Amino acid sequence: MSEVLLQCRELTRRFAGLLAVDRVSLEVQRGTVHAVIGTNGAGKSTLINLLAGEIAPSAGSVALLGHDVTRWAQPRRARAGLGRSYQRTTIFPSFTVLENCRLAAQARFQHPWRWWQDAARCPASLGAAREAAARAGLAEHLERPAGLLSHGGKRQLEIAMCLATAPQVLLLDEPLAGMGAEETERMLALLAGLKEGHAILLVEHDMDAVFRVADRITVMVNGAVLASGTPEAVRANAEVQAAYLGGH
Amino acid sequence: MKGRLAFVAAAFVLLALYPLVAGKFGIDLATKIMIYAVFALSLELLVGGTGLVCFGHAAFFGIGAYATVLLSPAGAPASLAWLLPACVGAAALYALAVGALSLRTKGVYFIMVTLAFAQMAYYVVHDTPLGGGTDGIYLDARPALGSLLELDGAHTLYFFTLGALALVFGLLALLVRSRFGRALAGIRVNEQRMRAAGFSTYPYKLAAFTISGALAGLAGFLFAVKDGFVNPELLSWHLSGAVLIMIILGGIGHLRGALIGAFAFVLLQEFFKSEALFGDFARHWHLGLGLTIILSVALLPRGLVGLPQALQARRPRRPVTGSAEDAT
Amino acid sequence: MDLATFLIQCLNSLQYGLLLFLVASGLTLIFGIMGVINLAHGSFYMIGAYMAYALAPVVGGGFFVTLAVGLVLSVILGYLLEWAFYSYLYEREHLQQVLMTYGLILVFEELRSLIVGDDVHGVKAPEILAGTIPLGELMTYPVYRLFISGVCLALALGMYLVFTRTRLGMAIRAGSTGVAQREMVQSLGIDIKLLYRVVFAAGVAIAVLAGMVAAPVSSVYPGMGQSVLIVCFVVVVIGGIGSIRGALLAALLIGFVDTFGKVLLPQAAGVLVYVLMALILLWKPDGLFKAG
Repeated sequence: MSEVLLQCRELTRRFAGLLAVDRVSLEVQRGTVHAVIGTNGAGKSTLINLLAGEIAPSAGSVALLGHDVTRWAQPRRARAGLGRSYQRTTIFPSFTVLENCRLAAQARFQHPWRWWQDAARCPASLGAAREAAARAGLAEHLERPAGLLSHGGKRQLEIAMCLATAPQVLLLDEPLAGMGAEETERMLALLAGLKEGHAILLVEHDMDAVFRVADRITVMVNGAVLASGTPEAVRANAEVQAAYLGGH
Repeated sequence: MKGRLAFVAAAFVLLALYPLVAGKFGIDLATKIMIYAVFALSLELLVGGTGLVCFGHAAFFGIGAYATVLLSPAGAPASLAWLLPACVGAAALYALAVGALSLRTKGVYFIMVTLAFAQMAYYVVHDTPLGGGTDGIYLDARPALGSLLELDGAHTLYFFTLGALALVFGLLALLVRSRFGRALAGIRVNEQRMRAAGFSTYPYKLAAFTISGALAGLAGFLFAVKDGFVNPELLSWHLSGAVLIMIILGGIGHLRGALIGAFAFVLLQEFFKSEALFGDFARHWHLGLGLTIILSVALLPRGLVGLPQALQARRPRRPVTGSAEDAT
Repeated sequence: MDLATFLIQCLNSLQYGLLLFLVASGLTLIFGIMGVINLAHGSFYMIGAYMAYALAPVVGGGFFVTLAVGLVLSVILGYLLEWAFYSYLYEREHLQQVLMTYGLILVFEELRSLIVGDDVHGVKAPEILAGTIPLGELMTYPVYRLFISGVCLALALGMYLVFTRTRLGMAIRAGSTGVAQREMVQSLGIDIKLLYRVVFAAGVAIAVLAGMVAAPVSSVYPGMGQSVLIVCFVVVVIGGIGSIRGALLAALLIGFVDTFGKVLLPQAAGVLVYVLMALILLWKPDGLFKAG
């Protein structure tokens, strides 16, 4: 069994009496894609926010690469190797594609005290940026203002910015959102290529895509885990069929 | 890029040559404008560079000014070598304290908390014996650098101020394109993404706030040296508002906007105050200024820096890429 | 401090707080609903005070007639201003609104200067309200100040009723956040442009009325618009932007802190309000209440 890179135990989050995430435990191993599915309001977004460190848990723990990161804020987790893409495109629309990636990459080479140096010439961040952009399929669009990209292009940029920080664990929040058939194919190919060396946690609504690319699936309902296992096991699970897959 | 560089270079050359043609009033006015330009540049780093709208910037300006007078010995000129850093340091210290607390809030609340801290400083100098009260205090002697540099003459002071302005502009231009400056730009555009990438954004914002306050303190120092007199109005929210108006008028997001805004604001005031042009009506110069401001925002929403583009309205525009170049 | 003095200061605090609430409620409504930062709001207060002074000899008929005429004029003014100027600000960025309304402050100040001049004036309270009522054995309290509090309370009650009992009020609360709400408002059969115009005119009228009513106790002077503006921003921010409840609570809080501060700590009086704001915002960075 390969290395567990990301793990959470009994992760819980309450919002003024509402139990948004209810004792969720899961793990993601290197070289695998672990998909989290569930209906709207099932707690998937809150779960990702908890794993990323954007909000603090009410109870439970999160471990990244063997370290307990439950008390760590998001930037610290990111520097430790946790990357995240957002469901709502979170890019810098007024900057070029290259600058978007370069700025993200700069997080690893911050050197804020070198005030006389031109950041745009920083070889380390530029190199990482070009590589990430190429991996995400944006090598031809480096000089375009990011706001002018197509929707699919922007989603690719989301991934590129995530990759620019050279993470070992990726949290991808609905990367396929709003994509057409061709763009979806490209993104799935990209994800398949990313598997090697990374541990990927994927939140998605597109069931076909999920069953194609995931090695493990966790189904959430009302903040708690309903079922978790291989795609075949989940598909065959009677409760899951009733609650979620039945009407699809 | 070349156009912008040329514009800024030309502006400084013109400023350097100005004393050749200007009389006493002109030199005095130009010195005042350049001091406000330093003040405006300091705020631009915060507002345009980092996206933090501060409504209490006059506090740092005023503290720099008051420190100049309070730290100068009675009767004799103080040495620039320690007085200048001390005054800048005093302003920076207050900025560090205010920033550390204010940066817990966001948006309009941040604006008001910075105002609150500025008002606290204002009331300290206004109502307590510390600052000499509403009458203000006088500077006995202008500081000097030994016998090398004495700031008593109007011309010397003018060039000293010009030098300071050039230095501050150059420093900020470098800062804006540096990794630190780009990080600030990223925080302004999308702080969430910066955190997701691994930037701890609070230290960056605090550093920007402190540097900005320090530079405002420098402007205050220059003001105190020039006028030889400080009073509580230097910390008032009216001044905080005025400097904010200057950079909005000039154009947020561009360093030269701060320069243009400071010049435009003061020159517009002088224009409308001119009795030669308006006779008795010059008393009501606020009217002309107010209408001009309203018109300029209506016609030039990006500020006066947008004037060349607006005039060339028919030519296709190069898209603004939010790069460090555009910020200058 | 004996009981009578304490009572007097309480009444003063109440009166000042309620007056602040009136002016601030217009500010928070305009910002909360239309998303416009209106620096010129203090100017409406100033206009009200100067109207109380200047209209009286022109209109005749005494204080209450002046009040009524001033109210009508202010509604017209608000309507025209929204149509000619403020409606263009809704789409603008906040900093542009700041700059434009700052320009408007300057214009208002000079227009006032041209029409009425720059002198400081007093306004006499009307005869029937000019008396005092006894408090305890030695002290008395001016009836007019109680009148001010009464007017403010009546208006506050009126606002509450409009918000909770009328379609207009529902539309206002619904219209306060974003496009979806705007569509809902329109589906109620209410024209959003008209709604904004009405809200704005109401905000102006309330501020003007506050100025008129306050004139006999605060006197009429050029800088009064700026002074009240800055305190009103503090009220709105402490209370939470867009929240009327918050504005009321914050205004009363400030009324008490400021009034008692002036009596107990005269040296620190000016700064207390800002210390209060800083403390509250550091505890609750979004103000006391959410919008609504």
